[in-house]
Amino acid sequence: MSNSTKDEQVFTNCTVGGPVYVYVKNGRITRLEPLHLSPNDAKSWVIEARGRKFSPPRIAMVSPYTLAERSRIYASNRILYPLKRVDFNPKGDRKPENRGKSGYERISWDEALDILTHEIERVHLTYGPGAILSTASSHHNWGNIDYRHSTYFRFMGILGYTYADHNPDSWEGWHWGAMHTWGFAWRLGVPEQYDLLEDALKNTDMIVFWSSDPESTSGIYAGQESTIWRFWLKELGVKMVFIEPHYNFTAINLADKWFAPRPGTDAALAAAIAYIWFTENLYDKDYIEKRTVGFEKWRDYILGEEDGFPKTPEWAERETGIPAREIKALAREWAKKKTMLAAGGLGGWGGACRTAYGTEWARMMVLLQAMRGLGKPGINIWSTTGGVPYNADFVFPGYAEGGISGDPLNSAAHFQLLPRGITKHPVRSAINDPGGQHIHRLLVPECVLNPSQAWRGKGFCGASTETQFKKYKYPEDGFPRVRMFWRYGGAYLGTMTNTNRWVRMYRSPKLEFVVNQSIWMEGEAKFADVVLPACTNFERWDIGEWANCSGYIPHSSYGTNHRIIVLEKKCIEPLGESKSDYDIFAMVAERLGFHDKFTEGGLTELDWVRRLFEVSDLPKYISWEEFEKKGYFVVPLPKNYKSTPALRWFAENRKRDTPDWGPVGGGIEGLPDREGNLATQTGKIEFESQSLKRFDPNDPERPLVPKYIPSWEGHHTKELISKYPLQLISPHPKFSFHTHYDGKESWMNEIPEHRVKTKDGHYYWVIRINPEDAERRGIKNDDIVKVYNDRGAVLCAAQVTQRIRLGVVHSYESSATYEPIGEPGESPDRGGCINLLTPHRFISKNACGMAPNSCLVEVEKWRE
Amino acid sequence: MSKRGMVIDISRCTACYACFTACKDEYWNNDYPPYSAPQPKHGQFWINLVKKERGTYPCIKVAYVPVLCMQCDDAPCIKAAKDGAVYRRPDGIVIIDPQKAVGQKQIVDACPYHIIFWNEEKQLPQKCTFCVHMLEEGEIPKCVQVCPSQALIFGDLDDPKSEVSTLVKSGKAEVLHPEYNIKPNVYYIDLYKMTKLFIAGSAVFKDTDECAENVKVTLEDKQTGETRTTFTTNYGDFEFDGLNVGKYSVKLECDGYAPKIIDVDLKTDSYLGYITLSH
Repeated sequence: MSNSTKDEQVFTNCTVGGPVYVYVKNGRITRLEPLHLSPNDAKSWVIEARGRKFSPPRIAMVSPYTLAERSRIYASNRILYPLKRVDFNPKGDRKPENRGKSGYERISWDEALDILTHEIERVHLTYGPGAILSTASSHHNWGNIDYRHSTYFRFMGILGYTYADHNPDSWEGWHWGAMHTWGFAWRLGVPEQYDLLEDALKNTDMIVFWSSDPESTSGIYAGQESTIWRFWLKELGVKMVFIEPHYNFTAINLADKWFAPRPGTDAALAAAIAYIWFTENLYDKDYIEKRTVGFEKWRDYILGEEDGFPKTPEWAERETGIPAREIKALAREWAKKKTMLAAGGLGGWGGACRTAYGTEWARMMVLLQAMRGLGKPGINIWSTTGGVPYNADFVFPGYAEGGISGDPLNSAAHFQLLPRGITKHPVRSAINDPGGQHIHRLLVPECVLNPSQAWRGKGFCGASTETQFKKYKYPEDGFPRVRMFWRYGGAYLGTMTNTNRWVRMYRSPKLEFVVNQSIWMEGEAKFADVVLPACTNFERWDIGEWANCSGYIPHSSYGTNHRIIVLEKKCIEPLGESKSDYDIFAMVAERLGFHDKFTEGGLTELDWVRRLFEVSDLPKYISWEEFEKKGYFVVPLPKNYKSTPALRWFAENRKRDTPDWGPVGGGIEGLPDREGNLATQTGKIEFESQSLKRFDPNDPERPLVPKYIPSWEGHHTKELISKYPLQLISPHPKFSFHTHYDGKESWMNEIPEHRVKTKDGHYYWVIRINPEDAERRGIKNDDIVKVYNDRGAVLCAAQVTQRIRLGVVHSYESSATYEPIGEPGESPDRGGCINLLTPHRFISKNACGMAPNSCLVEVEKWRE
Repeated sequence: MSKRGMVIDISRCTACYACFTACKDEYWNNDYPPYSAPQPKHGQFWINLVKKERGTYPCIKVAYVPVLCMQCDDAPCIKAAKDGAVYRRPDGIVIIDPQKAVGQKQIVDACPYHIIFWNEEKQLPQKCTFCVHMLEEGEIPKCVQVCPSQALIFGDLDDPKSEVSTLVKSGKAEVLHPEYNIKPNVYYIDLYKMTKLFIAGSAVFKDTDECAENVKVTLEDKQTGETRTTFTTNYGDFEFDGLNVGKYSVKLECDGYAPKIIDVDLKTDSYLGYITLSH
């Protein structure tokens, strides 16, 4: 229950890290509190296992950064007014080369809208539709109405634009690799997790966390809801093994054993484990025979029949640095015990899949568990971050279901929302159609600076496995090159790869006009000609369910202990002259003559919130009036809830009984509703991928059977490693969510694991280095160091620690701030954008994802 | 009578820092008279995590120890304060009076746990109050509320049935720096992870080059003659934790192999590396 003093008002809201009460006094937010469930709310689940009863706390275990919201809402770099770059003259010299350097002046909304709409018209009339490039950062503000799949797609779809398609940046190897092994295209290669918490509590003996740190990555949006589960498992005596070059934050309390392979060699370790299982006859033959195909090919590769050398533990020791005898011991223990594989943070994922040939590691993860009987009790791929007892019959959309846009191509609107009538006039872009013009997000700078470009696969290939193979080029025949960039948020210098490319792009005259719609003045916003001030979700209305992304992660709120749907109330007025994204787009639409179409006849955000309420299942349980008063609703579990563990149906070769909504569409993806089939060509787990066989049976970089292929930037690239001897890994951050909670005067900056404040008052980004590597370079704890390679240089604070293996440095990605000490793009950055250093080469020729964890650098003490 | 206290389970702290951000959120810009003045936006850590790393790769142990005002029975800050600017409530909570304490920097210096902070702008010493303004509303401290692993346990040390008093009585919970002799009311479980040393190693069979599982390992404290025994894991690993500085011997015994004795002059955590057992 909320705890309010007399002079405070209490509101509800939801963030990317969980739902909160918001206390407001005199128009200012005074404090937040995690949402507590009241005794009148739906009952919590109880799982009985091994003589104990487990039930979750009835308080939202929100992310630490959620509790730091107030520090960033009232940060001094909030953009309070429309701004114009001082030396940008839309009617004369635009001086694009000064982007990132010049200051800004305050202008009125009228002036900003004049410049913006004039530029839109000019670009449209001069070059034709599609010359406007736009893309939005991920997960910026929680909610179904004002979110990018919703308001943004609705506006941009009407306007007509070339979208920079997002790549599956957190699970590349699963998308481009594992999808060819077990299907799950509609989940972008990542598996279902239904009821696996109960399965693990009852049946599992051991969990192997491989490239997985759930205490840092939280199952994306689920705050710290799963922390207690892992302690329960520990209390039950479940053994936990960690495989990662960094002794991570989950390992510190839970690891019974830690293996630290050299980055990029995880597939070699996996192959050697399979070798032991083959040579010692330790695999599930019945399962292999009935539920998989191509096993002999895999055996031939592992035993060396195919290429003449067996993948022995001794060979893997040379690659990984892990003693052969320990690889054997791990393989034997894994085989002996009912083992869950937590390969990354969300039923897959993990930094190992974001390396050169990370596809091969992800495929091997599936194959190793297939050799164990994937789907049998206690044996699965489960990241310990999802799969509570869950009411999947209750319909409430996730953010990826398109909200008010109704765009079925760029969201999952067609699953539930469109047929329920969320919008009377759904919108889709004539240009950003699978047959229209596209830009791959990782290639934005190349497309702008150096067309033409070509690649395969339109970002998320959720329609079918085969859409990965479709060739795209830019510019598309008959479409113009992009001339204007409408950027929404400013994260990419911190989150994409080799991001000095982005800096150089912004400073090119080939971009005639750049507008950035942002809440804070940071990152890419500092490269815009005009900046539009947006507000946070605490300053407008919205509605959302905690951790419900939906779309490509159906039922993702099974990572929270209760399904909590929140009325995101407008707690305070937008700061300064900032406005909600919806209101900004509505103003532009008004000037361009499509206000009525965009707002569907003048609907406000609150009107849309009510409409979403109406088309969901909420009215079956609660009236609008009651919901508005209370601010949230907890979805009850059905009486007689029946557990249907993920992939048990597959292991037992029977009709799927989980509530997963895929596959959709026809073709091969349409078949799997045949009893017991996966969405692969054969319906089985494919040791030899049939989809790859059809596409390119001779692709050495993504062979039919997964193989360990040494990295194109790693310990075998002798010349490069002699110059840059340290391997940099840059996992997703623990103390921010993307760039959202970094910078911005956030309290997170004060956490010494995140940033370190120096005498000059600057908060430096942390890089972790082994004591021996540090000593060789004369580096001490908290020293400022220059981390560099041919792509750039970043100044960081050194954390000297035994938690990182020799020869490897660790620094999270996702710095929000970019602060070049000299010429932008040409000088060291003291903001901490570690991705200035990472390569932008694709995982492999035809797997067009990013591989930031294949990165060589040198580190030296910084002497100014 | 009641006496507010806390027990912190070090083995459950995941270093999420939610306690820290929750504390910031509760106190930044917020005045809770007569107990506390607003905390500045940055620079104070009313609850702080102290990191302890022990050992060397690949055998390391890491603990984060939340440190906050210990609400000591014999609080040096009370003694250091003039005009009764720091006082103890009947429930044991130590309060720095935000008005009377202005200008009294010696209060900051008096705390041996270094958990009182100086507010330069207000010229005021500030610290954790156990969220006394929330306790008065029937709530628990904010840091306790938001801890996802229930590492922070709050309660009444005078209530024999409370979880905190049970833990303290069981001897599982100890105070940090008992040598200060100021009777803190914050206790820790598994404090050895911060204050003690370990000896570990990995046994290998020389003939097979396999991890030596189930080897009997005996540790002897050379000063006291006391012994402890364990068996190696399937990776050949063994460890003895919670040790003091001193001289020890480690003996490895396994049928069919010659026993091996290693003397250890333990000054810092010691991973003995791979120990080969031969016939």
